[in-house]
Amino acid sequence: MKLISLTIAGLPCQVQEGITVAAALSASGQDHCRISVSQQPRAAFCGMGVCQECRVIIDGIQRLACQTLCQGGMKIERSGNK
Amino acid sequence: MATADAIVIGAGIIGAACAWQLAQQGLRVLLVDDQLPGATAAGMGHLVCMDDNPAELALSSYSLNLWRGVVDRMPDNCAWQGCGTLWIAEKPEEMAIAEVKKQRMAALGVNSEMLSSQQVAQLEPMLRGGLAGGLHVPGDGIIYAPNAARWLIEDAGEAVQRVYGEVVALEQQAVVLASGQRLSAPVITLACGLQADKLLPTPLLRAKKGQLAITDRYPHTVKHQLVELGYGASAHAAKGTSVAFNVQARPTGQLLIGSSRQFDTLDTAIDMPLLATMLKRATDFLPGLAKMSIIRCWAGFRAASADGLPLLGPHPAYPWLWLALGHEGLGVTTALGSAALIAAQIQQQRTAIDDTPYLAARMFATEESLL
Ligand SMILES: Cc1cc2nc3c(=O)[nH]c(=O)nc-3n(C[C@H](O)[C@H](O)[C@H](O)COP(=O)(O)OP(=O)(O)OC[C@H]3O[C@@H](n4cnc5c(N)ncnc54)[C@H](O)[C@@H]3O)c2cc1C
Ligand code: FES
Repeated sequence: MKLISLTIAGLPCQVQEGITVAAALSASGQDHCRISVSQQPRAAFCGMGVCQECRVIIDGIQRLACQTLCQGGMKIERSGNK
Repeated sequence: MATADAIVIGAGIIGAACAWQLAQQGLRVLLVDDQLPGATAAGMGHLVCMDDNPAELALSSYSLNLWRGVVDRMPDNCAWQGCGTLWIAEKPEEMAIAEVKKQRMAALGVNSEMLSSQQVAQLEPMLRGGLAGGLHVPGDGIIYAPNAARWLIEDAGEAVQRVYGEVVALEQQAVVLASGQRLSAPVITLACGLQADKLLPTPLLRAKKGQLAITDRYPHTVKHQLVELGYGASAHAAKGTSVAFNVQARPTGQLLIGSSRQFDTLDTAIDMPLLATMLKRATDFLPGLAKMSIIRCWAGFRAASADGLPLLGPHPAYPWLWLALGHEGLGVTTALGSAALIAAQIQQQRTAIDDTPYLAARMFATEESLL
């Protein structure tokens, strides 16, 4: 099992190669990916790219956590709606 | 059997407006709805003065005036914005279309101004450079139609009572619900959109499928509702599939992207190649869209009459049955005007604008089979 390093909300962590960003968020102990307009924490729901709940900022670009595989050096930021 | 002065079938924007208007005139109304999503739940909510023919222009400008009389009272969730419309000329030849539009609207007192290429670029920096110019119609706006419909019903107060259920048959001054319940009233208004064909002896409406896409929230980038001047030709085509650039900035910071037209399908699935064509057209005008995420796409069905104008008036064979149908792509805009015409007809009062072009009777041969 190969581990890769990345950061989630600025904190370095190691995850298994091949898992999704949604899985990495979950493994980090805090599975939420963003704060909704009504200030609720949201997390991956459908897990298949349909519900759009798992929007997260990856290396500065908004992407779906459930549809993105972790890569070494990735910077994952939880997003709040401004 | 429940009774009232009037029954309205359908609580979309048209039925809600009819019930509201009848209540304003002192009638007790039963508003029956099966709570399935209709066109009102699927559309864009652009309140737009349209001038493709004199009757459309008269009804849309009359109705816009009526909307302006109530928007200040609407709650925030109706999302009224007096954003105006920017009709965009892609090529220099289209400036002539803009000029004609301006003159036609001016004849009815609707103000608009021609914009140069530079002015368009200044007003909407997200548009690509090199567009020929445009026409700004400041009196247009947007609302969130599903909430506006709900608000109209609430605003009518006790005079409008909601009944949940599907109408399965029309009878002389009565309707029968799927539950078997029968409701009766001297006057019945049929405002249930495309589904009306199931209740009428002869079908009157044709579905025109439309697809929309909405982006995630971004800091505000677009201020007006943007529409290409070629839109009219696309919107009014009687056959074939078409797309036209039409983008609305939601108060949330999302961009709602339209629009497509497809005939003779009731399939709610997204047509991916058509969606791609529509988005390509949108990015031709707003290149920055390509970097944004789209979070939802959906399809809805406009209910079109044979001549593109709504049917507003009594059914020629059943004097107790009023039709408020066939609003196609303009039903949110024309809801209050349509309701005002219907209510005046029912009350045998003079209508504020000439209602002849919309009278439902034009669609019927003289002998109509009985229900
Ligand atoms: C993609 C798209 C974009 C659009 N954009 C715009 C726009 O920007 N501006 C604009 O002005 N218009 C727009 N429109 C058009 C507008 O949405 C429609 O003209 C309008 O919503 C029609 O309203 P309605 O009340 O007649 O019908 P509907 O909204 O369909 O309402 C009918 C109601 O009746 C109910 N019903 C049906 N059958 C029965 C039954 N047997 N018993 C009980 N209840 C029943 C339905 O469930 C529904 O609630 C758009 C439409 C589409 C599809
Ligand atoms: S969890 Fe539904 S889109 Fe990612």
